[in-house]
Parts: sequence; C-alpha cells; structure tokens
Amino acid sequence: MPIEVKLAANLQKLVGGQKSVSATGTTVGEVLDDLESQHPGVKETIMADGQIHRFVNIYLNDEDIRFLKQLNTPLSEGDTISVLPALAGGAA
Amino acid sequence: MRFDSILDTIGNTPLVKLGRLSPQPGVSVYAKLEGANPTGSVKDRIALHMIEAAEKNGDLTHEHTILEPTSGNTGISLAMVARAKGYKLVCVLPDNVTSEREALLRAFGADVTYAKDAHSTNDAIYRAQEIVAKAPNLYYMPYQYGNENNPRAHYETTGPEILRDVPEIDVFVAGLGTGGTLTGVGRFLKEKRPEVKIVASVPHPGDLVQGLRALEDGFIPPVLDESVLDGRIVVDSVTSFAMTKELMEKEAIFAGISSGAALKVALRAAERLDSGNVVVLLADGGWKYLSTELWSKDYGEIEERVEGKIWW
Repeated sequence: MPIEVKLAANLQKLVGGQKSVSATGTTVGEVLDDLESQHPGVKETIMADGQIHRFVNIYLNDEDIRFLKQLNTPLSEGDTISVLPALAGGAA
Repeated sequence: MRFDSILDTIGNTPLVKLGRLSPQPGVSVYAKLEGANPTGSVKDRIALHMIEAAEKNGDLTHEHTILEPTSGNTGISLAMVARAKGYKLVCVLPDNVTSEREALLRAFGADVTYAKDAHSTNDAIYRAQEIVAKAPNLYYMPYQYGNENNPRAHYETTGPEILRDVPEIDVFVAGLGTGGTLTGVGRFLKEKRPEVKIVASVPHPGDLVQGLRALEDGFIPPVLDESVLDGRIVVDSVTSFAMTKELMEKEAIFAGISSGAALKVALRAAERLDSGNVVVLLADGGWKYLSTELWSKDYGEIEERVEGKIWW
C-alpha cells in the first residue's frame, strides 16, 4: 500500500531534496524500511539503536506514533506519515 | 475579592463549559481560562514559583539581574513579578515576536535584547546561556525549560484547581511548550485519578526548522516528563487560527493562538468518548495576537504574515 511520507525541511536532503515521498508498507516500520531501500541512510539518521531518534517525532496523520504502537503502528489507505524534528515550544 | 498584592491574584482561574463546542450530549468539554491571570497568561504561575524558590534557596538576591530567553508570555509574567518584588529583568527574544509582546515587556519595566539571527526559541535559549556564562555573578536565569519549579507550580496550583472543579475528569489537554503544564498537571492528576489521559498539542514546525542544522540541535525541554503523556498531536497554523476564531464565534471566548490548537485536540478527544469530561487549558488571552488581524480578516489575507512565524 503506497503511503505518503512528508519530511521537515531539515530532513529533505535525505531524500534528494523532496518535500514528500511515496513508500509502501502496512506498518510505519515497513514504510521506513522501504524508504531506506529507496534512499539509503534515511533510517540511520532518524533512528538510533532500533528506536526513533529522540529528537525526531514520527506522526501518523497528526498523532505521534510513540503513543500508538510505535513502529508497529498499522496503516490504512490514505494515511500520511510526517517525520518532524523535536523543537522548543515557540511562545513559551 | 480583596488581595494584599497583585501576586496574590495569580491562579484560581475560571473553568468554563464549552456548551456549543462539546460534540455530543454525554461529553462535556471545559476550558480553563489562564488568560484571567494578571498578565493574561498561564506563565504568571511559573514566574512566581520560580522567583520565590530562587529567593528562598539564595540563588537570587537583589544584586542579580534576572535574565530569561522567552518569546513572550514568560517574560511578561517575570516582568510583573520582578517589578512587584523590585528586581531588574532582561528578556532575550528571538527576532519574530509580535509587537504587543515587546511593548508589554517594556511597560512592565523589563529590558529587551534580541538574539541576533535567532529565528526560534532554540536560538534565544543558546544566546541567553552564553550571556549568563560570561557573567554568572551578575545574572540569575530562572530557565523555565529546565526549572523544576515550573512543573511544580502546576502540580501545586493548576492540577488541584482542575480536580476540585471537575473531579470526574477523563482527559486533560494542554499545549506543549516547556512541558511544565503537562508534566505538573499530569503528575498531580495521575496520582489522584490514574485512569486520566494526558494529551499534548504541539505546533507543526513547518518551515521554522530551516535554521536547524542537525537533529542534535533539536530540543526536548528537561522539565518535560514524557512518561505522563498518553498522546501527542501536531496541529498546523491554519487549524490553530481557525479554531481560535471558532472559539470566539461559538463561545465568545477571546484566547490566544495556542488555545485554538489545544481546543482542536480536546474536541478530537471528546469525539472519541461516549461519555465523560475533557478539560483543556487555554494558555493565554487573545490580546497579544490582535496585530495578526485573526479576528477581523480571513486566513487567506493574513496567511503570508502568519506562515513561518512562531505562534505558540
């Protein structure tokens, strides 16, 4: 199943400068594996020791997958994955 | 109500039922209006707690100038507390704060310095740390991102107020900035009512990450205890603005931009419940965002000015 993966500006260099790419899989983990085969090095950057890098948040649509089933979070037709960096809150 | 000092008026903010926005009959959504604090934001609570703790443990004396990286509300709250207690304050701002914020800081007597080329709060934090490192005896930096008295303020005041007003709370939603509100309120509520869910709304970083050179330049506030969170939802600027406006149109509540995002997340949580109570904390009033023309124009007309700025 093709899934759209959107990347934040500072991560787009990992996929040849594109804002979003298509990858296939039925879970978030499978999609990231497919992304890695298309653009080797992606996982090395956004993962660390098999876990999502602590400064990276991966969202299924708008929900952080750390609070869902993490890399095993299942996907449905039309879902979008966003890979965003962790930042300090703005107006604090 | 009679008080001995403006500082005694902090907290005990109203909790208001959102009757028109609550999605179904068995579910109630309540908004805690932190805009009712003396400087108009939730940050009055942590400013007072951080300063009084530093006075007590000797970190802050009248020989010090208080210095804090902030893009707004915390600076204004610190400025009030500093003036009430006779301290000097310098705020280090990123270069994209709204004009109302700088004007308010100056009105309360604070000095303002812009962190050169700082496009984000991250940059302002690093700049402030540099200033303090050069002259540690001159400055006291409360540092809301790493100060345990930030979540403690919420553990001791905001959390108990919420449980007092809605003992049957099922979900608590707040914006994630420093993490102080979610951590403090979350810890308190989970101790008293373990089944409660704590959900964070976070701003979509959009194009703001351009200046972020490497992932290691990212930032997770030390005071944030992620173990109290049950969910984190990202909300973009368009949605935040639209919900802030809807809150005004449906409930006559004038709140800041982060409140629109938190409300969006609260309504989502409410839709998933068959019955129960959702409490959403609205961090500030709308006054500091009037220059956006959010309430007087369509989003399309203001979009260009809105995109790429930090709103919450």
